[in-house]
Amino acid sequence: MKRFLGFVKKEFLHIFRDFRTLIIIFLIPAAEILLFGFIVTTDLRNANIGILDLSHDEITRQLSDKICSSGFFIKSEDLLNYSEIDRELRKNKIKAVVIFENGFGRKLISEGKAVMNIIADGSEPNMASLVTNYITAITADFNSGLIQKPGSGNILVRSEVRMFYNPSLKGHFMFVPGVITIIMTLVCALMTSITITREKEYGTMEVLLVSPLKPVQIIVGKVIPYFILSIADAILILILSWFVFGLPVKGSIILLLAELMLYILMSLSVGIMISTVSKTMQQAIFITLVGLLLPTILLSGFIFPLENMPLGYEWFSMLFPPRYFITVIKNIMIKGTGLLYVWKETLILIFFTAVSIWFSIRNFRIRLN
Amino acid sequence: MQKIIEASDINMSFGDVKALRNISFDVNESDIFGFIGPDGAGKTTLFRIIATLLIPDEGELKVLGLDSVSDYKELRKNIGYMPGRFSLYQDLSVEENLNFYATVFGTTVSENYDLIAEIYSHIEPFKKRLAGKLSGGMKQKLALSCALIHKPKLLILDEPTTGVDAVSRVEFWEMLRKLKEYNITIIVSTPYMDEAMRCNRVALIQNGSILSIDDPQKIKEGFSRKLFSVRAPEKFKLINVLRDYPGIVTAYPFGDSVHITFHTDKLDMTLYDHLKKSGIENAVITETDPGIEDRFLELMLNE
Repeated sequence: MKRFLGFVKKEFLHIFRDFRTLIIIFLIPAAEILLFGFIVTTDLRNANIGILDLSHDEITRQLSDKICSSGFFIKSEDLLNYSEIDRELRKNKIKAVVIFENGFGRKLISEGKAVMNIIADGSEPNMASLVTNYITAITADFNSGLIQKPGSGNILVRSEVRMFYNPSLKGHFMFVPGVITIIMTLVCALMTSITITREKEYGTMEVLLVSPLKPVQIIVGKVIPYFILSIADAILILILSWFVFGLPVKGSIILLLAELMLYILMSLSVGIMISTVSKTMQQAIFITLVGLLLPTILLSGFIFPLENMPLGYEWFSMLFPPRYFITVIKNIMIKGTGLLYVWKETLILIFFTAVSIWFSIRNFRIRLN
Repeated sequence: MQKIIEASDINMSFGDVKALRNISFDVNESDIFGFIGPDGAGKTTLFRIIATLLIPDEGELKVLGLDSVSDYKELRKNIGYMPGRFSLYQDLSVEENLNFYATVFGTTVSENYDLIAEIYSHIEPFKKRLAGKLSGGMKQKLALSCALIHKPKLLILDEPTTGVDAVSRVEFWEMLRKLKEYNITIIVSTPYMDEAMRCNRVALIQNGSILSIDDPQKIKEGFSRKLFSVRAPEKFKLINVLRDYPGIVTAYPFGDSVHITFHTDKLDMTLYDHLKKSGIENAVITETDPGIEDRFLELMLNE
């Protein structure tokens, strides 16, 4: 036991000696939270659009005012003819052009319908679909206002949409769980896989092996400091996102922390598994980044919804644990559900942990070669 | 006397490369047993096998009376191993390194301090310094202290003096000699032939085979011819001229001179003329005592 504690102490010394890594561990989450929160936002605000009004009547003016006063759009250009559309879009100043056909207001009153075109810049697909959705929604709202005016016929069904759990569809509800997952993967898996391969690369493993330390002691001794560090990191992210974005934890904090610890343990054991198969630090970093971090970002549903993927990819994503963890913490944090709703994912995570621990111990070499 | 190491017919290959061929030797208690040979001779592989880090393909190895493969756990408690490359934690201080190895081996620095006192006293003034910032000689002293801190019965030192300055090398060997008092058996490898004389037994090793095992004095005496040393200002030219001379068997550079042997085993006086004709003036030829290196080269040639 004293041996083991001596080993853990040495690991802590390594970590605190390497001040830069320590700063990275705690700065990356802060930076990423703020980055995702303020810059990489998927919410639309003050997008520039152009308006080509060929009708110039009361109604087109009302509608374009409504669009531009919504806070989502700013009218930056008044276009005069069709040929200007392409030119203005190419200048990259505006995201879309709204076109009202000739005699828009007259047609709407006499025939009950008129055509409005939205031309969006498809080179930014996400932005384009956001812009068109927002404009369509504003127009629909405008429509229903028109219809409800006395004497203009009547409409019977009005859909009222309400978003549960995240009423204003705030982006950070989505990315905070994602960032926690990425950071945990990065800190736990990457750091541990580096720390063991570093011993191999510097030749100190040779001396450690020729000592009475058992493989289990070496592995667990490596894990403990990073386990503590990662939990501190996770709590930091939660506190940060609560203060900066007011993101609540609706479910049980205890359950959330327990799941966090499970995921941390899993990432640590995956990190160790990687270190048992790689010979150099570079190799370990490469395997972790390509094998773990990329799937975490791409295949976890963090950025790209899993449901939209081709079936093959969706199946493929099941091989990577982050997606289960994201589901779990989203459920706990945002929906406030209990273990009853996430037990399946929890079991899968336990399974991944067990497999990688088993693999690491089996693969840990008590000798060189 | 108890045998500390008994090795018989150890063979080891890495792929197609035969690293060790039929290595057999015994090491007695309190020996300083030296493995002398050039880089790539197989010394490190052999030491790793003895340190339980590698399993030989063939052969039997008993260390401290234990089987090196099946009893590796017990064995690892009783050996001190210092790899060829500096293998301490560079980001930990001198003191932290020593304390770490002491705890790992279930002891404390104070418990065995007398054993390392002399060595450690050289580096103790720098105990707060990071190990990575020490000079080569100090690194070796720290590594030796760390390998000794648990008072091992067998100390395995893989090229401890490579890359260390001449003064530190002498100091280092002096320390090893003093460890005999504590009944610690030492096996040590080195590419420096002159260090062989500091061991009480040496094995000359080349291409994975042991050429000879004996007392270093006896190894020297095994040299079969009379040896002469030639000195002249232009050594490189001198060697080529000497090698062209028909009466000479071997001519090898040795320090600032060239060691030569004659077919007749006698100083061939016409050599002076030959040297003069080839443009080498003021050559001095004297009979000299063979060293380990001369014997090593002779054995290599006979292989």
